[in-house]
Amino acid sequence: MIDDNTNLDNCNCNCDNCPDSTRREMMMKIRELDFAIIELALYLDTHPEDEKALCLHKEYCKDVKALKDQYQKVYGPLTIKYPCNKWRWLEEPWPWERGNF
Amino acid sequence: MWTYNKALEYPINIKCPNPKLAKFIISQYGGPDGELAASLRYLSQRFGMPDQKAKAILNDIGTEELAHLEMVGTIVHQLTKGASIEEIEKYGLGAYYTDHGVGVYPQAAAGYPFTAAVLAVKGDPIADLQEDLAAEQKARATYEKLIDLCRDDPDVIDPLRFLREREVVHFQRFGEALRGVQDKLAQKKFCMNDMKPINKKDNDDCGCNN
Ligand SMILES: [Fe+2]
Repeated sequence: MIDDNTNLDNCNCNCDNCPDSTRREMMMKIRELDFAIIELALYLDTHPEDEKALCLHKEYCKDVKALKDQYQKVYGPLTIKYPCNKWRWLEEPWPWERGNF
Repeated sequence: MWTYNKALEYPINIKCPNPKLAKFIISQYGGPDGELAASLRYLSQRFGMPDQKAKAILNDIGTEELAHLEMVGTIVHQLTKGASIEEIEKYGLGAYYTDHGVGVYPQAAAGYPFTAAVLAVKGDPIADLQEDLAAEQKARATYEKLIDLCRDDPDVIDPLRFLREREVVHFQRFGEALRGVQDKLAQKKFCMNDMKPINKKDNDDCGCNN
């Protein structure tokens, strides 16, 4: 669903070694996992007995948790449930702002 | 309750403002088959559902629709932010600009404001789920029309395609939930409101102590 071109398209500075490329890649991975989790959850709502889907759901939840912990430590909170020493919620762009991650 | 995630469900990065497209796309924000109506429809209907699967699917799709509302708002915002006043006038957004500036206001493409009259909560699981199946098809059809209208801007088409696909998945899941409810209603001893059995025969014991 999300191909590699999306990353390049999102780069506003048009350079290959954009300093934000790691962040962008991490965010893309988080988004992919979050999406897969939503999709699996809807499927499991009507197919709760499907072991394979349940297994995948478990795996992705674990992966996205690890990745979000790592991301938030560096780039700030993704939800208000992330504790900070100062209020970093205000520092990063909002999702609707052009060129956000 | 809900927790906000500071990320879009699918990325949107529109490079050129284009108020003409915003004027059409706003309909999926506050129009009759838009995401706000979808979310409120499902989140309100869930209270009246008789079985776990139907409650869950309405809850979870209703929640995803809120993420779609944010995506559509983002598209409208990015298409109008930075547009010149000349462009806004030229593309027919003068009336909108008068009342809302370049804010994002829930209205239909034809200009009328969001109204709860476009959604139904019948308190009847079959009627409500049938309504939802139709709602998903109408939303899919609207996205297809928008994709036609936005054919020149790949930055806009890309998230619209994603949103269209989601309607197809939601339709599928609602169909499965409806079949589950129908099966349940077909069982004689099932009680609809924890009070009255749906299809009580005279000397049936429905097991609900009423
Ligand atoms: Fe939907």
